[in-house]
Amino acid sequence: MTRNEGIGWMLAVAGFGAMAFLPLLEDADYLMGLALNITMFTVLATSWALFSGPTHYISLATAAFYGVGATVVAMGFEVLPFPVLLGLAGLAGGVLAALVGLATLRLSGVYFVIFTLGLAELIRQLVSWVQSNIVEVGSIQVFTDNSDNWIYWELLALAALVFLVGWLIERSRLGFAMRIIGNDEVVASHSGIHSAGSKVILFVISGFFAAAVGAVMVTKIINFDPDTFYLPIISFQVVIMALLGGVHRLWGPLLGVIPFTLLWEVIENRFQQPMEMFGVEIVSAGSLKVILLGVCFMLIVYYIPRGVVGRVETLARRLAPGGGASHG
Amino acid sequence: MAENALLEVQGVSKHFGGLVAVDQISFTLRHNEVLGLIGPNGSGKTTMINLISGALRPTMGDIFMGDRLISERPARFIARLGIARTFQLVRLLPSLSVLENVMAGAVFGHKRLWGREARKYAARLLERVGMGHAIGMPLLALTYIDQKRVELARALAADPDILLLDEWLAGLNATELKLGIDLVQTLRQEGRAIIVVEHVMDAIRSLCDRCIVMNSGAMIAEGSPGQVLADPAVIHAYLGDSHA
Repeated sequence: MTRNEGIGWMLAVAGFGAMAFLPLLEDADYLMGLALNITMFTVLATSWALFSGPTHYISLATAAFYGVGATVVAMGFEVLPFPVLLGLAGLAGGVLAALVGLATLRLSGVYFVIFTLGLAELIRQLVSWVQSNIVEVGSIQVFTDNSDNWIYWELLALAALVFLVGWLIERSRLGFAMRIIGNDEVVASHSGIHSAGSKVILFVISGFFAAAVGAVMVTKIINFDPDTFYLPIISFQVVIMALLGGVHRLWGPLLGVIPFTLLWEVIENRFQQPMEMFGVEIVSAGSLKVILLGVCFMLIVYYIPRGVVGRVETLARRLAPGGGASHG
Repeated sequence: MAENALLEVQGVSKHFGGLVAVDQISFTLRHNEVLGLIGPNGSGKTTMINLISGALRPTMGDIFMGDRLISERPARFIARLGIARTFQLVRLLPSLSVLENVMAGAVFGHKRLWGREARKYAARLLERVGMGHAIGMPLLALTYIDQKRVELARALAADPDILLLDEWLAGLNATELKLGIDLVQTLRQEGRAIIVVEHVMDAIRSLCDRCIVMNSGAMIAEGSPGQVLADPAVIHAYLGDSHA
């Protein structure tokens, strides 16, 4: 283990340790709410970047996996204990990712983006249809004995797991294969790499985590309605956060999740009213948020294409004459 | 199968729409042989290399490596069987270090090393192609020639039985050419079979045991370098009517 890795481990353990004690503070409801959001998006954005970072495929399937995870719990919470459902949800997300991956990862990037965006919508319609026409219930109330504190700890554990898995992948043949694929797929296949297979494995891992997050979150939100879980904006938020942080380092997305969650918090609180001009509503409050999200996205892509991490690394190189040999 | 044949190409054609890039080519590559694949630009040499390495599938015909029908298989499978190649326009992996570029050839293919073992092995190969000094250098700082050497080291890292060099000697100056030819000679002495696509006549004469001459996708001559280069059909293909 190198010195940098040792420091990384210490920071990670200290960080997770500190976060784990947060629920024990008194009167920290607001802080807990923020921490929960940050943890949730850390899992989603980091697992998204595990796949999209090296492959450069922009997946908008996060909402689909997230929704599937929630659906599994909503369908089964009366029959099966939650930990079993959590595992099943992850599995369902993984299987869905494998199917989508096998069908689409041979396509070029653009088709993949559109397909994944459509996927969430397709499943949402399907679940809605089943709910209203076959089981004939409007929405399901998912009452479990998962307390708010436990929900937070579960997400935190998922975050720790996603970092561990990412760290293991980085050190493995699979991680090396992904870096080669990201550079030049022709060279990858001529070097003996099964590039479609490698991509599918990573997509399955990211699908597993997003579904597990959905499974936990449905016990928090309680009211299961397909419209609130298969929500395209979740996919877009995850993409923006990961890109803002930087996807070429495992801890990159985290540096995007924190500022973006805080910014989003401000947007949510500040823009609750529709925008009016001469007393006429020109943009509804909901659309306004989406517009702001789009503006953020453009600013990030134009001004910090390599994310916060890229900025930090450039700065570190400048501060350390001799050319940034300290990281790697 | 012909005696002592390592690779056998049987009536292979490749069509791109109406264009016949490779037209019913048959030849064998023997153990320990350097085979020259020559011909004017656009004659189908690189397409032939792409067909053998699995980048393309033949429209007709078969390619065997020993008893394996490799023309039905994807590139990764062919790489694992022990066929490695370089590219006419060098293809390196820009976000990887020089050492990692070479390691890429040694981890997933015919050779499956990992960790320190793979790094040491890659470093040795870089020494071998005369690039030992560049291990710590950024890839973008390398000259074109040095990039070619790194690419060769990556191909060698797979420890291939068959090596396909697509104009690897092109663009070298006289000294470098001498070094390059010597290097390819030593690779043959290690027992590898090599197909070189080449325009440099000095290299063809001193390296190749046999040559195949292609023109407009078809094979127009086969024999020793001396024979084929004196063949009127070959001279005609290269230089046109007035010199024939």
